[in-house]
Amino acid sequence: MSIEKFVPVSASQAAYLKRLKHRQYRIAGIRLLIFAVFLLLWETAVQRSWIDGFIFSSPSRIWNTFSAMWTDGSIFTHAGITVLETLISFAFVVVLGTSSAILLWCSDSLSEILEPYLVVLNSLPKSALAPLLIVWLGANSKSIIVAGMSVAIFGTILNLYTGFCAVDPDKIRLIYTLGGTQKDVLGKVILPGTVPLLLSVMKVNIGLCLVGVIIGEFIGARQGLGYLIIYGSQVFKLDWVIMSIALLCIIAILLYGAIGFAEKQCLKKR
Amino acid sequence: MDPLLELKHVSYAYHTKSGETYALTDISFQVQRGEFLAIVGPSGCGKSTLLSLISGLILPEDGTILRSGMPGASPHSSIGYMLQKDHLFDWRTVYRNVTLGLEIRHELNKRTRLHVDQMLKDYDLYRFRNAVPSELSGGMRQRAALIRTLALDPELLLLDEPFSALDFQTRLSVCDDIYAILRKEKKTAILVTHDLSEAVSMADRILVLSQRPARIREVIRVSFAREGLSPFARRNEPEFKDYFNQIWAALNPVSPGKEPA
Ligand SMILES: Nc1ncnc2c1ncn2[C@@H]1O[C@H](COP(=O)(O)OP(=O)(O)O)[C@@H](O)[C@H]1O
Ligand SMILES: [Mg+2]
Repeated sequence: MSIEKFVPVSASQAAYLKRLKHRQYRIAGIRLLIFAVFLLLWETAVQRSWIDGFIFSSPSRIWNTFSAMWTDGSIFTHAGITVLETLISFAFVVVLGTSSAILLWCSDSLSEILEPYLVVLNSLPKSALAPLLIVWLGANSKSIIVAGMSVAIFGTILNLYTGFCAVDPDKIRLIYTLGGTQKDVLGKVILPGTVPLLLSVMKVNIGLCLVGVIIGEFIGARQGLGYLIIYGSQVFKLDWVIMSIALLCIIAILLYGAIGFAEKQCLKKR
Repeated sequence: MDPLLELKHVSYAYHTKSGETYALTDISFQVQRGEFLAIVGPSGCGKSTLLSLISGLILPEDGTILRSGMPGASPHSSIGYMLQKDHLFDWRTVYRNVTLGLEIRHELNKRTRLHVDQMLKDYDLYRFRNAVPSELSGGMRQRAALIRTLALDPELLLLDEPFSALDFQTRLSVCDDIYAILRKEKKTAILVTHDLSEAVSMADRILVLSQRPARIREVIRVSFAREGLSPFARRNEPEFKDYFNQIWAALNPVSPGKEPA
């Protein structure tokens, strides 16, 4: 039950809201305009041979490449593989990251012992690991998924663990005064209290997983957008490269948006 | 019959890397059933520490604490502890907040639910049982926190500056409310506060503590000629000022040759 109050809107408030709305429309319009002008300029520059379409591609070339790959279905294979690998590595990051953070929270000694390792692993550029993974695990989906995880997992553990430790110690005391144990503290305070943090960390992670998967595909894949980018650049089919990059932009936005949507739903329900 | 609570020569110190903090030295007192005891002392003298010891959250370094004549017998089940802030969880409804303790102890059943419902009705929160805590006023939040504690049916209630987060007006009325609730439920209570008038207006007996490390300076028995007054009504009685001054003097003794701090 929420205490809804009916407040009549005054004329000045209505005018203010109207101004606010107009401003939002204007901003959205200008955004679209910038994008349209960019595409137009790009296309014209190539048509008029200001720049070399073979190297810089062009919106129309990208579109043609896209529709050709749509017709023969290869685009679905490549994009599908990349998205699937990203989602799988994301799922692993969520489960492993959260459970490791819980484990660290449960044992002060463990977290103190492992902290320097986590910090080092977190600041290590993960692209350095990818070639190693390919050698160890083989040039297959497994190593690409692990590469995706490697980018996000250590930061997740550190962020969540820090968030768990920042929970008000008096809230924890409350559970003990009510006769609870460490398990109750975890289940009734730490986890429910850090759901917003968990969701915001995950929103960042999905993008990181995508980065890791692309790095993995650069090195050891026969399919996927990362493979398409590397292969395209090697055979000088730059239409492929730039189309894949554009597609990656769209995928990144969609994945981020999906988690953002889930976040909103989750927070609304609470 | 044994007193409900007895402390014998209890001392406690916190140990940290930077050193020792002596919080309590040689504290001894008893609490009888049905009594309302107030403990006053300057901020940081060790009042919260004393309540933590009584509740069994921490163990004394020296001395013994007897609950109903028994040493260290399952402290939590018979002691309710209300912390300084209400700590209602925003991710739970009011109802699920007040039943938190029952949930933790796996005692949520028909009987305890009835008890909780009755208290929510009696203390004017039933309408808000499905609201989230942020929709409650300060006084309502405090009552909800009290119901959460009382739901476990404790014999002894520990109140750690329960009104300190409220503004002055709310504080006076919540003080009356809580006092009435405690009397109605026939609870023994220990109230910790640094507000002298709060202590005089509620307590049967007042323990005055010294600066840290806290010792007992004085024990003052409070009795008003007119009985059964509410805390607010007590404030208008002639004895009120006398008790206030007596505690003030106990807190700020002027020793010869020494300026009062
Ligand atoms: N966990 C702790 N570790 C170290 N020192 C503490 C801890 N808790 C309290 N203290 C110190 O013990 C003294 C008494 O604290 P407390 O009992 O909270 O005082 P009060 O409730 O009377 O304000 C204070 O000086 C405080 O700094
Ligand atoms: Mg305190």
